[in-house]
Amino acid sequence: MITLAHFLTLGAILFCVAIAGIFINRKNVITLLMAIELMLLAVNTNFIAFSRYLGDPAGQVFVFFILTVAAAESAIGLAILVVLFRNRATINVAELDSLKG
Amino acid sequence: MIEFNPNDLLVMLPELFLLGATCVILLIDLFIKPSQRDVTHWLALLALVIAGALVWRDAPGVGEGVSAFNGMFLRDGVATVLKLFVLLTTGLVFVYSRDYLRDRKLFIGEFYLLLLFATIGMMLLVSAGNLVTVYLGFELLTLSSYALVALNRDSALSSEAAIKYFVLGALASGLLLYGMSMIYGATGTLDLANIHAIADFSVGSPHRTLLAFGLVFLVVGAAFKLGAAPFHMWLPDVYQGAPTAITLFIGSASKLAAFGMTYRLLEGALGGMRADWTLMLSVLAVLSLAVGNVFAIAQSNLKRMLAYSTISHIGFLLLGFVNGTPAGFAAAMFYMICYALMATVAFGMIMLLARAGFEAEEIDDFKGLNQRNPWYAGIMAITMFSLAGVPPLFGFFAKLMVLKAVIDAGQLWLAIVAIVFAIIGLYYYLRVVKVMYFDAPLDDKPLLLPADHAFRWTLSLNGLALLALGVAWSPLLELCNRAFAVATDIAR
Repeated sequence: MITLAHFLTLGAILFCVAIAGIFINRKNVITLLMAIELMLLAVNTNFIAFSRYLGDPAGQVFVFFILTVAAAESAIGLAILVVLFRNRATINVAELDSLKG
Repeated sequence: MIEFNPNDLLVMLPELFLLGATCVILLIDLFIKPSQRDVTHWLALLALVIAGALVWRDAPGVGEGVSAFNGMFLRDGVATVLKLFVLLTTGLVFVYSRDYLRDRKLFIGEFYLLLLFATIGMMLLVSAGNLVTVYLGFELLTLSSYALVALNRDSALSSEAAIKYFVLGALASGLLLYGMSMIYGATGTLDLANIHAIADFSVGSPHRTLLAFGLVFLVVGAAFKLGAAPFHMWLPDVYQGAPTAITLFIGSASKLAAFGMTYRLLEGALGGMRADWTLMLSVLAVLSLAVGNVFAIAQSNLKRMLAYSTISHIGFLLLGFVNGTPAGFAAAMFYMICYALMATVAFGMIMLLARAGFEAEEIDDFKGLNQRNPWYAGIMAITMFSLAGVPPLFGFFAKLMVLKAVIDAGQLWLAIVAIVFAIIGLYYYLRVVKVMYFDAPLDDKPLLLPADHAFRWTLSLNGLALLALGVAWSPLLELCNRAFAVATDIAR
């Protein structure tokens, strides 16, 4: 029997993977974008699990909003990435260090 | 169950008007020649003025609380006051930026449209009555801000700042959403007032863990957005890398909206856990004061120094929340408005000195400003003293109100910490004044002022307002107090 706790654990694991992906990854900005996407999906899993458990559709409606905004967010992220690559000829996270102090 | 009431549209008339006006400006901007871009400029300003008039007309003297769309949208005192100042500071951004953008070939319609969309997002955010509206307003603001930071497409620094802002901003919204999902799971509702009413905050209740978990994520998300230490790492990079016109916007108007969001989430929804979040916020406040003031001393770049100064001011703002009463929130809002007005002059001065190919963002660029132009050196000095909190300027009274709220809450040690760090902070503000008055100018020629008279006059007025409000600050404080008196009425 799969219970609410199972779904919440899945959501938590996905979320932790995403956070680890953002903080551990020192190589590629595209991996960061994927981690961000994964984080939003973890949240969606949570919302749907709660919504089903509580028998309240509002959580599922919220998921639609999150999906839509996530699409817009990745579009902007990729656009910034293209601009960055044109200016710096690199998308290596470790090399983005001209602003510091 | 869900009914549509046409009167609800009237409640959000200012937002609807601004949305319509923005779409019209978008179309007009497509059909005009680049040489006629001033049309967009004046139309955008006109749209803000009319939206401001509509906000004021709906709620003369902050008015009373009204909710629309089944509680999705609130129009209470807090929303009204914050909206007025958001519109004011966005208008100042438009006025100050025109010459700066023209010199850098950035005088394009996108700047105006993205800023107007961000303004709609901010108005929605401060009026949000539901987690969905909080999220939508928040994203409308941040997505526009990411694009604005990258506005200068040929600058390597801008694009680096934009990608850093994007990654950390997206992380913040992810954390915020995760917190929202926990709160939803514990209460079964997305409505802020319902969460406040339903949630069982008592120790030992089955939902307590879930709520506490959600609260931590919400606090972290809000701290990211405000730029409170230890979640401030994006802020100095973005301030320095973004074009100054955008830094001005991020440093003033969007901070007002972030304050509104923090208030709605923490007090509006989770007011029952006040004891928990005041503790978290006091830790954040002390860290922000320490990090902001100490790191600012080491900066030679003025924009970066002002970024660390923002972090320390956010620390002060959070002290207002520690009180957890309407008087404390009113002091915090008073502080935020004061900070927004001071930040507009400080960044406006950087834009005043900037030329094509010269950013004037180093502190050394202000050397001997007094010999070159005493009037604007005076305005800058007023701003720096006000930021430092020297009486009788506006910044002093804002700090005083927050400290009073903290002491009323019985947290004397916090007030002492805040004062110690404020005195440390005095050093780097006074350094700018010293450089302007006692150092020899790098360039002996009188300061070449921008041709835009509207910019020069508004900047002077904005600087003098810090002096005037230092004398006549009580009406504004009264406004803030009334705003929160109304807000608490409808929250219950």
